[in-house]
Amino acid sequence: MPTITFIHPDGRAEPVEAETGDSAMRAAIVHGLDGIVGECGGSAVCATCHVYVDDDWIGRLAAVGGDEDELLDGAACERRASSRLSCQIKITPDLDGLVLRLPERQV
Amino acid sequence: MVATGLAGNGGEGALPASGATAGSQIPSLDLDPFAIEYFDDPFPAQQALREAGPVVHLDKWNVYGVARYAEVYAVFNDPVTFCSSRGVGLSDFAKEKPWRPPSLILEADPPAHTRTRAVLSKVLSPVVMKRLRDGFAAAAEAKVDELLAKGSFDAVTDLGEAYPLSVFPDAVGLGKEGREHLIPYAGLVFNAFGPPNQLRQTAIERSAPHQAYVTEQCQRENLAPGGFGACIHARVDSGELNAAEAPLLVRSLLSAGLDTTVYGIGAAIYCLARFPAEWERLRRDPALARNAFEEAVRFESPVQTFFRTTTRDVEIGGCRVGEGEKVLMFLGAANRDPRRWLDPDRYDITRKTSGHVGFGAGIHMCVGQLVARLEGEVMLAALARKVAAIEITGPVKRRYNNTLRGLDSLPVTLTPA
Repeated sequence: MPTITFIHPDGRAEPVEAETGDSAMRAAIVHGLDGIVGECGGSAVCATCHVYVDDDWIGRLAAVGGDEDELLDGAACERRASSRLSCQIKITPDLDGLVLRLPERQV
Repeated sequence: MVATGLAGNGGEGALPASGATAGSQIPSLDLDPFAIEYFDDPFPAQQALREAGPVVHLDKWNVYGVARYAEVYAVFNDPVTFCSSRGVGLSDFAKEKPWRPPSLILEADPPAHTRTRAVLSKVLSPVVMKRLRDGFAAAAEAKVDELLAKGSFDAVTDLGEAYPLSVFPDAVGLGKEGREHLIPYAGLVFNAFGPPNQLRQTAIERSAPHQAYVTEQCQRENLAPGGFGACIHARVDSGELNAAEAPLLVRSLLSAGLDTTVYGIGAAIYCLARFPAEWERLRRDPALARNAFEEAVRFESPVQTFFRTTTRDVEIGGCRVGEGEKVLMFLGAANRDPRRWLDPDRYDITRKTSGHVGFGAGIHMCVGQLVARLEGEVMLAALARKVAAIEITGPVKRRYNNTLRGLDSLPVTLTPA
């Protein structure tokens, strides 16, 4: 199983095992991680699974989709170039080691 | 998958097999999930539905039912097999004329659904909610101050109904006249998803004035600039909708945008009044307001059921269901399925609620969920800051509807903080 590491705003790193084919959001929820809310359960409505992708990984993810782009404008914390919705990051074996930073808040 | 008690729920489109072999006998139950006795206490029946099997046959209405979380989630996430265009109530639009022109979003399948859904998603997006937040919060504060001055009141009418009525119709851009039709119209819509019982028949018999009002308000000239309604009509100018579609999409807001939040807020107040320890936790940390509302939606499931219609022969949990069959999803039962939730009958305002199906799931998941959450959150936060105690001070009366679960009357007394 690929492992993704979520980094909390206080710098604490929390590794999460993710099922291939699942989303990073769902992996976080299944793990019980604080900091990812996922109100809409992955239906691309809410922008409460916002993450900042670590610099080393940005270029290795599929591009931001149109819906995701609009939703990110509504995220609770500042949108940056590295902003993504973790429900739109599909886990593949080559994402083993992915690092995602959590914003201060989701709502 | 430790602390959350989150069971796997199958991938999108995959129907979970539960050990049974194809063609397994589907248990028949004679319970009626649209009967008054069921509404009074649905929990034993919902447990029986879950325990009977992954899919059951309800003889009374000749439909299939799914009540376990995994199957409800799977049906929601396979809209190709379980379609909405033949109606999301008992009535099959392929065989029966719908009681009103079908909804362009709720009662539609991709690709038609994709375009209309995109429009409403944009009109009700997180960006729009940021703009509405301060006004909705100020209205909630004012409402709580007014109720504190009163002291004792009915939490269903004076709070659950009054607060959404004070913000939502203005947000849509409705005129001031005739708003008293809104709640009866929504009640009618949700009763009409049910079987041809007394509730449905009576609602439809009385529907004419409410329908006339709603049809009129959906016209472009009757919607104030800047509101949700005008924003929908503006999409005609940009070519995303045609002129005939816009009023029907405004109708969707009026059908599904008010009564649901009335029931949702009512559910949250009822929970917090019944479970004082959770109320105390909320008072200590009003930042929990949003999750306290969300958990109330899971716990009470204001929208209890929706139907789908099978487009092919399909296996559900190892049992074969034929093409053209109605399948009833029990959202409330799924939201209390112990296979998915730890201690499901406990109202816990810090529960990780993600994945509950109170707003549905998949491509038809409630498009107005952010409005509902905003209303719920700011109201509970205002209460948590200003109120010390909510006490139930009279008989609690249930309101009966074929789809919605909620109260008709909840007499309470508030003590100021």
